[in-house]
Parts: sequence; C-alpha cells; structure tokens
Amino acid sequence: MSTAELHTLTGAYALHALPEDERIAFERHLGACEACAQEVRELSATAARLGLAVSATPPPALRDRVLREITTVRQEPPPHGRSPRAGAVTGRAGRWSTYALAACVAAAAAFGGVAVWQNQVAQDARQETDRAQQHNEQVARVLTASDARTTTADLGGGARGTVVVSKSVNRAVFLASDMAQPPGGKVYQLWFNDAGAMRSAGLMNPSATDDAVLLDGPVDRASGMGITVEPAGGSDEPTSSPVALMDFRDA
Amino acid sequence: MKEAVHISGVPSPGPGLQELLVQVARGDQDAFTQVYDQVSGPVLGLVRSVLRDPAQSEEVAQEVLVEVWRTAPRYQPSRGSAMNWVLTLAHHRAVDRVRSAEAAAAREHKAALLDRTPDFDEVSEQVESRLEREQVRRCLRTLSELQRESVTLAYYRGLTYREVGELLSVPLGTIKTRLRDGLIRLRDCLGVSA
Repeated sequence: MSTAELHTLTGAYALHALPEDERIAFERHLGACEACAQEVRELSATAARLGLAVSATPPPALRDRVLREITTVRQEPPPHGRSPRAGAVTGRAGRWSTYALAACVAAAAAFGGVAVWQNQVAQDARQETDRAQQHNEQVARVLTASDARTTTADLGGGARGTVVVSKSVNRAVFLASDMAQPPGGKVYQLWFNDAGAMRSAGLMNPSATDDAVLLDGPVDRASGMGITVEPAGGSDEPTSSPVALMDFRDA
Repeated sequence: MKEAVHISGVPSPGPGLQELLVQVARGDQDAFTQVYDQVSGPVLGLVRSVLRDPAQSEEVAQEVLVEVWRTAPRYQPSRGSAMNWVLTLAHHRAVDRVRSAEAAAAREHKAALLDRTPDFDEVSEQVESRLEREQVRRCLRTLSELQRESVTLAYYRGLTYREVGELLSVPLGTIKTRLRDGLIRLRDCLGVSA
C-alpha cells in the first residue's frame, strides 16, 4: 500500500477499526510519519469523546470488586523504552532505538577501554538513527506546510506519482505508488527541472519505491521534476528519456 | 467531577486525573480509588455500548479498571490526557472481546446492528456528562449520514472498516475515507486538540 493510501487509515486506526494485519502495517508507517502520528493523537482524543458521551452509572458492587482485586495485582515496572500497544497512539519508532543505543553507550562506558570500539559503533549507529529521524521530520515539514502544493501524475503501468512542494520550506517530497522496480543494475534518479536544465535531486531507494522520498537540495526556481532510469550510482545528467515529467503547481 | 462545567473545548476529565494517575503509578491505592470514581462510569458505558450484554460488560469493565491499576506506570502524560488513555484501553478490550471467536458466533443479525443507535438517552444526574452528551450528539448531527453511520458502527459497535463496508454495501475505500473525514469534522466541531 502506498504512503498516501496509508495516511487515510488514521481514522480507522483511531477507531480500532483495522483488521490485525493492517493495524500492524499502519503502526509501522506511523513510526515514520510524524504528521500521521499527530493526526492519530487528535482523532483518538476525538474517539474518546464519543466514549465519554455514553457514560453509565456503575453498580456499587463493581467498585468493591475492583478495589479488592487491585490489592492482589502487582503493577508493571515503569518502561525504559516504550510499549507500542500501550494506547492507540504510537510515537516515532526512532526514539526507541535511541534509548537502546543510549543503553549500549552506557554499557560500553561501564566496560571501560575494552569497549571503545563498541562505543564507536554505537555512535555511528546513533548518527544513522538521527539522520533517519531528520529525514522523516523534513518529509513531515514539507507535507504539513501551509503552502504545500500537490501534483499527481500517471507514471504508466498503473503506477502513480505525487510530488508535494513547499516554497516556504524550499523542499519537495516525491511519493510513488505501485511503481515497478527499476531494471537490474539500474536506479531511478530524480531531477529538478530548472527551466529545461535538469539538476539531480538524488536517487530512489530501489527496494523501497513506495516510500516518501525527500528530493535532495532546495527547490529554488525549479518549475517541475522528472524521473529517469540511470545506471547504478546515478548520472550527472539524464542519460535516458524521462519515465515521467511533472510540473509543480503554482502556489 | 465537582469542578466547573466545561461547555466547549476539551472537557476536564475531573480534577487532576492526570496527577492521580501518576500517584497510582507509584502504587498509591487511595489515588486509585479516586481514579476509579472518575473513570468507571465512562469505562462501563463505553464497554456496554460495544458488548451489549450487561454481565459481560461488567466483567470486561472490571478487567479494564484493574488493567488501569496494573499498567499505570506506562501512562505518558505527554501523549494524551489520562481519560483518553483509559478510554482507549477500554475500547481496545471491548473490541477484542467482541471480535473473539465465541462472541463472533453469537453476533447479532445484520438488521439488529443497523437498528440500534447508541445509548445517548441514559439519565444521568451529572450535569457535566449530560453536557458532554449533548455536545457530542450535536456534533454527530453535523456529519453526513454515511460519515455518522460509519463512525458510530466502528466505534460503538466495534466493527472493522471492512465489516462496516459490507454492512452498508459501500466500497471499502469510501469507508476508510469517511471514517477519517467524519472524525476530522467531529474533532473540529468538538474543538479537540492533542
């Protein structure tokens, strides 16, 4: 399922109306989509209001039973990470890894010199996590910008592409759905169209063609974007005719 | 629930439910008694709207309330109000129960599901909950018929969006969209923020 389609599931998710498998897929998506997580928080709070509206008067015996039972029930210890099913609302998945890494660093420190190498590995991994998180935040900033403009195009073969541009953020995000994998040894390369001159905007991850891609570099004066198939590693300028050309919508 | 009445915005779930829950997380049984008094009505009402059967509803409500005690250390105020957390838990448990195999076998007939409207009419002596009910009812009326039916069938009956689609003979994509835009309209009408 594409990112844009997943986003429409916020309502069903907040109402617990997703079948198990779709719930799991959506929670995975939530970890990478701060805008969706925020919407889920709001819609869950809205659903809770529906709950409040059907309040009933419980029988006194229930009170006695519950108050008696809790004296024999042991509480859970406070979590160090987070529990994804603690409520309907799931935070960014990245955060858990940060906790885990913090624990690694602490453990490494405890082992002293032996662990210097481990510590370095943890640092590298943490930077990796931070980069992934920054990427997600950038994508969310573009998608939620008040001046975000969306263009959708048919990419052929049933695939659709959507590009969202925010002039104020000066970045663009490309989302594809049902896009075929590039031919072996090739990659999809994205380009900004600067009055007919193509400026590279990075490569698409070939194994995740359904993910939101933050185009490399500022939008500046680009009036549109294009996608071409290029040899692995990408090219300095397009070497094949574009799979798609899309004009940005004017603000 | 003796505090001032809130007519708009997010209603106060009562004085200091949040702080009380933090005390509960430290094992404070007296604080839990106060939490119980604030949340047991909404919990039982919600569970009953999903499960219908009074005995089963009380049983599940009891499980939920004990779970509030057990898992209070997990509650994170930064992620939503305490009432929201409790009712989310209650809805999960009620929905889990209604979707479990035995419950499914005893599931009511299609027509019966459609026929029932949520129990908004229960007499309550509490001004605050009466106002809450009025406001939700008023806001539900601002939804389109399909939005309202989809949202109430999913929430108050615990149906999945697929079941809602089959019941109303509406394409699944439409149901997904209606659940989202219906809730968004409700959110704006109720002035919910998070």
